[in-house]
Amino acid sequence: MSVPAVDRPPPSTFSTARAILRKDLAIELRTKESVPAMTLFTVTVFVLFHFGLDRDTLEGDLASGVLWVTLLLAAVIGVSRLFATERDQGGIDGLLLAPVDRTALWIAKATALFLYLTAVELVAVPAFAILLLGPDLLPALPVLALLLVAVNIGVAAIGALVSALAAETRAHELIVPLMLLPLVVPLLIAAASATEPLLRGDQGAEDLLRWLGLLTLYDVVFVLIAAAVFDFLLDD
Amino acid sequence: MDGAQPAVELKGVERRYGERVALARVTVTLPRGQTLAVLGPNGAGKTTLLRILATLLRPHEGTARVLGCELPDEAWRARGSVGYLGHDPLLYRELTGRENLVYHARLHGLIGGRRVPSEPPDEESARPRLHDSSSSVADGYARVDEALAAVGMDRRADGPVRELSKGMVQRLAVARATLHRPELLLLDEPRANLDPAGAEALEPLIGRASGRTRVLVTHDVEGGLAEADLALGLRAGRQAFCRPAAEVDPAEARRLYR
Amino acid sequence: MFSRGIKPLAIATAVMTAVSLGLVFFYAPLDADQGFIQKIFYVHVPLAIVALCGFVAGGIMGVIHLRTGDRSWDARSYVAIHMSIILGVAVLVTGALWAKAAWGHWWLWDEPVLVSFLVVFLLYCVYYPLRFSIEDPERQARYSSVFAIAAGAFVPINFAAVRMAEAFTHPRVLSQTGGSMPGEMRLTFIACLVAVTLLFVTLWKFELTAKNASAQLNRLRRALEPEGVS
Repeated sequence: MSVPAVDRPPPSTFSTARAILRKDLAIELRTKESVPAMTLFTVTVFVLFHFGLDRDTLEGDLASGVLWVTLLLAAVIGVSRLFATERDQGGIDGLLLAPVDRTALWIAKATALFLYLTAVELVAVPAFAILLLGPDLLPALPVLALLLVAVNIGVAAIGALVSALAAETRAHELIVPLMLLPLVVPLLIAAASATEPLLRGDQGAEDLLRWLGLLTLYDVVFVLIAAAVFDFLLDD
Repeated sequence: MDGAQPAVELKGVERRYGERVALARVTVTLPRGQTLAVLGPNGAGKTTLLRILATLLRPHEGTARVLGCELPDEAWRARGSVGYLGHDPLLYRELTGRENLVYHARLHGLIGGRRVPSEPPDEESARPRLHDSSSSVADGYARVDEALAAVGMDRRADGPVRELSKGMVQRLAVARATLHRPELLLLDEPRANLDPAGAEALEPLIGRASGRTRVLVTHDVEGGLAEADLALGLRAGRQAFCRPAAEVDPAEARRLYR
Repeated sequence: MFSRGIKPLAIATAVMTAVSLGLVFFYAPLDADQGFIQKIFYVHVPLAIVALCGFVAGGIMGVIHLRTGDRSWDARSYVAIHMSIILGVAVLVTGALWAKAAWGHWWLWDEPVLVSFLVVFLLYCVYYPLRFSIEDPERQARYSSVFAIAAGAFVPINFAAVRMAEAFTHPRVLSQTGGSMPGEMRLTFIACLVAVTLLFVTLWKFELTAKNASAQLNRLRRALEPEGVS
């Protein structure tokens, strides 16, 4: 059994993931299809909640719930579109033909989704503070930022997997929300519960550690699982 | 490079699509440096065969070896040495031609690849033999420039692909497929959308003149037979004939289409 | 290949079901507050436990399928999930009936098992459209297994999360699903749990055998088709 002479080492998983991520970010910057839509969506939903709840300000559990539910619904848009360029333009054959570790695709897509969510939140959270939030946001900000990062990791990990799972199905735009939203319920529970005291104007970080623990557990489990099974989706 | 091993060795290869048989019991051996023409009507399994050779699909039955690597277990080893030009150019329309090629160069380790010989991506046991492990970034970009010039796209490489004509896209696709200097070329109607000047310009890259082992799927019966050493006829997934091209009468080949 | 032991299992199921029903109607104590309707508990909770285990088992079978490439494990996973979904409908219906009869509301957010079950059920409902919109059978099996694995891991995490949430907002109203039960209740409960488990396994084997037989029939039919038909 001979080995084809390869005049260069195959790229590492990390450099492959970086190459894919660069490509995706370049396309997103040029087409601006995902992030602006997600951001606009969150602001629109805040307005809807104003009318729907007939409230000028929210605080405590109501504020917490509106904020997190809106962010998660926006995430659905991002997840739906994550493999859009691959679906429209030549599939992932280009990647499958290369001597690369295919888990790099999951890493790249999850990272891209994390970045998109962060970008959206940089606008959405201030918008929320301006439009709907009663108490002052600033004291709550450090902990809120931590919660956002933890939630984004979980959503990115599971979202990239869900997006790939749904990519080949016929009704993928319907399947993505139906699959993603139940899966992020634990994240919502933890984040909303932890945020509630922050948005009541107390500094109380009661049970924060417990909720962070749940978020960490979720993130670790689903990062590991998604990374482990993703390969099987690409293997024909 | 081991010259004795055939480039392609298929024995009884079968591929199903649900209940339907896409390819059944295909057996062909292609020595290195030669060209195999695959003929047959639409739906005969030509594209399926090509995709199996490209390691995009795994054979359901039979044995398949590409460049000495057994599929599907050693597919990862063959990937760096196979160039696939299918119906889809595999180019991102929002990126420029150059950006697309740079991306593919990165995927093949031509740019930003590791300098140190290391484990293969899936951590299989044996390592690929490495002749020269110093692939510097500059080299990779130079390769991209070279490839663009070779297909005559060096001056149109910096606009988005969606603004290019089909012929130009096809040229870029050829550049993409040959960028990593593959030993085996898998070509699915490579001259589609090309004008005679374009087809001629690409001869040294993907034609007989390239000296590479080639598997060529084409509807041009006479042309295909003329530039091939071996001819494989497929019909409804089954092998109608597999003989040296010189011994195949074009009329017989055309009967496949009836 | 799946029907090994199916006869003794079926007999055991019939026996245990009869025994459990007997215990429920004649042995278990009548609840002072809720009356006879409380006995739905003996059906509702075992169904929920078995369904949740069925989902997790489906995930484990998915892992085996991906590791071995043996599609019979995907079949096992599919049937386990399929049956757990059906059991899931029963869980939700009996849960609602019990809640209405006992506390006057059709739904209770206080009971973590029921609530987390609803979320899990909603997730697994997507299994069918996902699976059946993929035409290539190999890919269908692989994607289904990936889903089964992610969803199976989700079940315990979701349960923990919902439980944590309820612990802080509402004190546990229903202590029957975990708390100490008097001897007669416990015996009846365990008997019902065993009966439902046996029922699940027996039906699982039945369905797998039936699917296997029809798959074999299809294969024979295909093999008998005349060659060269394009």
